[in-house]
Amino acid sequence: MSAILGSPAPAATQESPGLWLLAWRRLRHDRVGMVSLVIVVFFLILMIASYAGLIASDWNKEKGVSYANPSFLAGAENLEAKSMEERRHAAKTPPVDLSDVDPLAPRYKEWRERAAKIAVTQVKRSETLPFGGDKWGRDVLKKTIKGSEVSIFVGLASALLATLIGTVLGAMAGYWGGKVNDFLEWFYNIFTSIPYILLILAFAAVATSTGKFGKGIVPIVLVLSLTGWTGIYRLIRAEYIKHSNREYVKAAQAIGASHGSRMFHHILPNVSHVALVQLSQYTVGFIKAEVILSFLGFGVPVDMVSWGTMLAEAQNELVIGKWWQLVAAGASMAVLVTAFSLLTDSLRDALDPKLK
Amino acid sequence: MSNPLLEVRDLDIRFRVDRNLPPFRAVNGISFDIPADSTVALVGESGSGKSVSAMSILGLLPENAIVAPESRVLYRPAGEGAGRDLLRAGAADMQAIRGKDISVIFQEPMTSLNPVFTVGEQIAEVLRLHMGLGLRQAQARAEALLHEVGIPDPKLRVNSYPHEMSGGQQQRVMIAMAIACEPKLLIADEPTTALDVTIQKQILDLIAALQQRHRMSVLFITHDLGVVGDIADRVVVMQDGEIREQGSVDAIFREPRHPYTKALLACRPRLDRRPRRLPVIDDFLKGEARVELGERPRGTSPEDEIILEVRNLDKTFFLKEGLFRKRAVPAVKGVSFRLPKGKTLGLVGESGSGKTTVGLTVMRLHEATGGEVLFEGRDLLALSDREMMAYRRRIQIIFQNPYASLNPRFTIGQILLEPMRIHGIGKDDRERVDMVLQLLRRVGLPDASFHKYPHEFSGGQRQRIAIARCLTMKPDVLICDESVSALDVSVQAQVLNLLQDLQDEYGLSYIFISHDLAVVKYISDRVMVMNEGRVVEMADSDEIYRHPQQEYTRRLLASIPQGLQRAKEME
Repeated sequence: MSAILGSPAPAATQESPGLWLLAWRRLRHDRVGMVSLVIVVFFLILMIASYAGLIASDWNKEKGVSYANPSFLAGAENLEAKSMEERRHAAKTPPVDLSDVDPLAPRYKEWRERAAKIAVTQVKRSETLPFGGDKWGRDVLKKTIKGSEVSIFVGLASALLATLIGTVLGAMAGYWGGKVNDFLEWFYNIFTSIPYILLILAFAAVATSTGKFGKGIVPIVLVLSLTGWTGIYRLIRAEYIKHSNREYVKAAQAIGASHGSRMFHHILPNVSHVALVQLSQYTVGFIKAEVILSFLGFGVPVDMVSWGTMLAEAQNELVIGKWWQLVAAGASMAVLVTAFSLLTDSLRDALDPKLK
Repeated sequence: MSNPLLEVRDLDIRFRVDRNLPPFRAVNGISFDIPADSTVALVGESGSGKSVSAMSILGLLPENAIVAPESRVLYRPAGEGAGRDLLRAGAADMQAIRGKDISVIFQEPMTSLNPVFTVGEQIAEVLRLHMGLGLRQAQARAEALLHEVGIPDPKLRVNSYPHEMSGGQQQRVMIAMAIACEPKLLIADEPTTALDVTIQKQILDLIAALQQRHRMSVLFITHDLGVVGDIADRVVVMQDGEIREQGSVDAIFREPRHPYTKALLACRPRLDRRPRRLPVIDDFLKGEARVELGERPRGTSPEDEIILEVRNLDKTFFLKEGLFRKRAVPAVKGVSFRLPKGKTLGLVGESGSGKTTVGLTVMRLHEATGGEVLFEGRDLLALSDREMMAYRRRIQIIFQNPYASLNPRFTIGQILLEPMRIHGIGKDDRERVDMVLQLLRRVGLPDASFHKYPHEFSGGQRQRIAIARCLTMKPDVLICDESVSALDVSVQAQVLNLLQDLQDEYGLSYIFISHDLAVVKYISDRVMVMNEGRVVEMADSDEIYRHPQQEYTRRLLASIPQGLQRAKEME
């Protein structure tokens, strides 16, 4: 036999590389893919660090003067800060003396003494911040980092949820066919017949007005994933239709594997690369969608910051020439989204080398 | 004959596979001639480099191919003295040569024809491109060509779409396109592999007739030496990118010199004899050419204990038509048979005869429409899914395509452990792993296979894994659904030997489904011939081959390629 088949390598006792290891090896040779991966991982680390409170936990502190200049533009004139300063000085001039008519006048001294015991430290607001400040003098750089937390989390979480919904429904429709497939196809068709943006806005309006979906960023994750599962549903369904007729699935049936085992143990690993590539694409899409929603005011609540809310604020600032908030949020999003998209492409190539 | 039409000299082709690996050498400096007005057969098993050699003649190599500088393919049609080197011809030159001087027929007619054009349009296109015919003329010529390749009613069929024709007719259309411009050389790349035996015979006859009528040369590529005997003048035997032997067809069949050729000739099962074991290539390469092991008795007797009895099995498929209507397509009609314990029942028939459906329905992989399947007296078709579980493991199936029947994401260990876990065979995983390793050794695979994935194995090895998977459940009945059809002849012999050994060892009963009559004859005790869902004839295997009762059976037997017979008669 060995003459034709070739004897197996003698040192082959260790485990053979599976699909994911092979894909990783191919990805490592892809320069663009690796650079994108590093960028994406960098953003993820930022996000986790900010969530854990290691960095940017004081993003809400008003550290600088209003619209503080970025450090690299230290000399630029800041009319807004000046006018605020003038107003504050104006407020400090003593009012007209009313002590003869004021019945409370004898107590003033006591109150002043009491007030003196409470230490009031007047923070010296800095003129410049690393990447400028917003209207309240908050650090735009820290805001951007904190904003990445919400934006990326929303993107990832809703993509995961949408992929989960789409995969389970797609697996059911593709595997069972017949009535289950008919029902899910109807459901899918109704869903996709409504314009996507309107659907999102309708869901968002319900979620924010009734508050039934929870608070904070939970409703927005739900809105995005409940509207976004349709694409992956179709793909996974098609894959399942293809695979459920393959002989290895028939062989699994012949050895007595249950339906659930065939669906998720046998077929799922064979279509998981499709799901992964979709997941990655969805993440990009949902990061952008969150930005749009927040920009339109359906997004995250006011006490949080996301790239979307920053862009919304930047609308008014641009008129008075304060561009740094726009650039910070816009550039971070552009870099992350581009890197993620390139990573998706490389991932697809790595997982399916035949496509190349 | 002094000047061959095509001279292949020192052809050396490598493929760049991976940056880190040296290029894979597919063809290793081969030389052969194709004389004018003759048929040369290029024979070899998969991976021998035969198709790659042919594609290099046409300039149709994939982009990662490297052709060594000393390689030459000289094309020298009569009247042109010097000849041209096709490996160095420009793209435009090759475009003009392809289809006109040298044309090709591929294995799969279904994928080679464009489904959105009628066959007439497709033939006419070739004529208009290369012969400069007008629309009307081309149409008329297309009709004449369809008539020539034996398609009935060419006036009508010229307007048919490919899907309206059978596989054999599609291959005829491909041949019509190939000979449309009166080529000097026709390259036929496994043109009959995808077809039934009876159709294969017709196509072979057609190619032979056309070759003589048009006085062209044919390069016939095949893995089946049997086919070659019918059609070729010269034979080139390839293995691992090298030519092992070449010569006239008589010399190759009568006095094969190279052990590999001898092995190829010997390891095909034959109709007249049934050795205990089939010789395999290794026997010959080691020089033990004479392995006389005596005849194996086959046949059934009325006293045999019956393990499985099928009565009036019916299976009808329903196709959706429009929104609400369904069309009934009966696939199996009233099939009855008995399988004696420890024996083999062969199921033969052409594609569409319902033989595979019988196998799947008996196992309840399809729901039967009617009938009974009695296993030790219990009707399997009447059992609930839960009750069926106990019987599931006792009837197992080995599928045709070893590339599709193993889950590509599972290691061999996982594949073999799973059925044991489902049926609770073995106390714990430690014991199961031990059993798996024993089975792997039993089917001739090393222990290291346990952690490997299916794609790391060859077709024959994968089929062994599929067999091992069935054996984990210690079945009583094994259904082999075309289990050796996709394998090379030498590997086929090994798998057939393994199946025989296992039957001797465990007393397994087989239902052996195949379109290959020689293989069925070799391994079966009893043979059932099916056509259009019905049993045509059933008898002991020697009986049915010696004295076929039915016209259909006779026709099937007559279409077995005669090349091998010829070789045997000479011994």
